[in-house]
Amino acid sequence: MGAIYIMWLRELKRYVRSRAQILVSLGQPALYLVALGYGFGPVFAKAGMGKYLEFIAPGVVGMTVLFTSVFSGMAMLWDRQFGFLRETLVAPVPRIQIMLGRTLGGATVAVIQGVLILAVCLIAGFRPHLWVAVPGSFIFVAMIAIVFAALGASIGSVIQDMQGFQFLMNFLVMPIFFLSGALYPLKNLPVWLTWITHGDPLSYGVDGLRGVLVGSWQFSFALDLAILAGLAAVLLAVSARLFSRIQL
Amino acid sequence: MIRVENLTRTFGQLTAVNDITFQVEVGEIFAFLGPNGAGKTTTIKMLTTLLRPTSGRILLDGFDPWVKQREARQRFGIVFQDPSLDGEQTAYENMELHGILYHVPRRVRGERIEALLRQFELWERRNDTVKTFSGGMKRRLEIARGFLHTPKILFLDEPTLGLDPQSRNQLWNHVKTLNAAEKTTVFLTTHYMDEADRVAHRIAIMDHGKIVAIGTSAELKERTQTDSLEGAFLALTGTSLRDEGASSSDQLRRFAQMWQKR
Ligand SMILES: Nc1ncnc2c1ncn2[C@@H]1O[C@H](COP(=O)(O)OP(=O)(O)OP(=O)(O)O)[C@@H](O)[C@H]1O
Ligand SMILES: [Mg+2]
Repeated sequence: MGAIYIMWLRELKRYVRSRAQILVSLGQPALYLVALGYGFGPVFAKAGMGKYLEFIAPGVVGMTVLFTSVFSGMAMLWDRQFGFLRETLVAPVPRIQIMLGRTLGGATVAVIQGVLILAVCLIAGFRPHLWVAVPGSFIFVAMIAIVFAALGASIGSVIQDMQGFQFLMNFLVMPIFFLSGALYPLKNLPVWLTWITHGDPLSYGVDGLRGVLVGSWQFSFALDLAILAGLAAVLLAVSARLFSRIQL
Repeated sequence: MIRVENLTRTFGQLTAVNDITFQVEVGEIFAFLGPNGAGKTTTIKMLTTLLRPTSGRILLDGFDPWVKQREARQRFGIVFQDPSLDGEQTAYENMELHGILYHVPRRVRGERIEALLRQFELWERRNDTVKTFSGGMKRRLEIARGFLHTPKILFLDEPTLGLDPQSRNQLWNHVKTLNAAEKTTVFLTTHYMDEADRVAHRIAIMDHGKIVAIGTSAELKERTQTDSLEGAFLALTGTSLRDEGASSSDQLRRFAQMWQKR
């Protein structure tokens, strides 16, 4: 248990110590929120779909959690490069504990970032349909964080260089974001695109957030939660497996 | 304590470790010498569960490190040739993390960390992040960390790389004390022949993935009719630089390999 704790703590320390980075990583979603939220607002309203800011705020929270958690997992690349990975690989504790600590640490950081951006949303004028929905949304924030921290960790266990990182950012993480319904409703899309969006795990996370926060569901609470929980279990197992097989 | 039989590891075309066999006894200080690229680090990686052997057998205190990773890891400590510190954390935090991962009991952890950081003259800088350290200070921290827990087998892969003479002296004294007091088995590599001569009970010399000689320092000198370990080393491994000293047919082959890879 000590190993899980100390690896978790390390992620948290790194986060708290990089204040500049906290601001930078909140800046991008804040930009989406303001530029798109206010920019597309009128068009959205004209189409009879209500306030775009209400729509996009949960999406922006999901986006923040997605990127923070995936990056935390992929940060293993740096540990590989700078050598710290070696130290943890030969330690006399099951590698799964090291992995769990790292992943939970990354997920915790992502939850904190998600909460901060939710506060930014509220400041920017976003209003949930019920105030109790705000703490209620934590469950989906946490699920998204765990799913994608585990995904990031799986990727981090496999990639060895910057090219691999860039490739996966462009061809996996960005599509996950854009096809998740974070920015536009997943309704009336071409059939093939509908299929893809239904295969995107973040769709369920964003739907859960949006459902809880503004009361409009594409799927349902139970389905969203079930899919995310199942996926979290699978990805944690996969990441542990991949991590335990790393050779240097 | 360490038993290696017909151990081989290949990387694509290259045979980094080629069918080596040796044994290290309990409480022995064993030096593994060889020119750059001889295969020393690759051997250590296989011994320490980081790399899977292509073929051959290893027993570490009776356990195969690849099959019984957990048991093997509980038995050794290692100072890597390449850096393995967390640059974002302080010296103290690096030590503490190591102590927790290696199950050093809480009541002795603090004391031991302080003693080691003082011994390697890092105590004043304990609360600075490691990325602000000089190369030698980082190296000293790696070594201090390696001594934090007391394993049965200690692997030291070029531990003195980049250290000043004072620190080197500290290191070897510590190793000898540990070895005498706790019967710690030590497996080390170094490019400084005088160090090997001074601390090692037995020495193996490796070249091109093969062990070319094994014995005490005196035996190696005797065998090569030289009066220093350095002389013996050069007599056994040749004076040419690795990669440059290859014969012309070797070079042709290497050239061909390079083109095949594209
Ligand atoms: N991961 C790897 N992939 C490909 N080749 C490798 C890898 N690791 C080592 N090698 C090759 O194996 C050979 C032995 O390397 P090794 O690091 O074991 O040498 P060494 O004896 O430790 O040398 P040095 O004294 O320079 O540390 C070298 O030719 C090296 O290029
Ligand atoms: Mg080496």
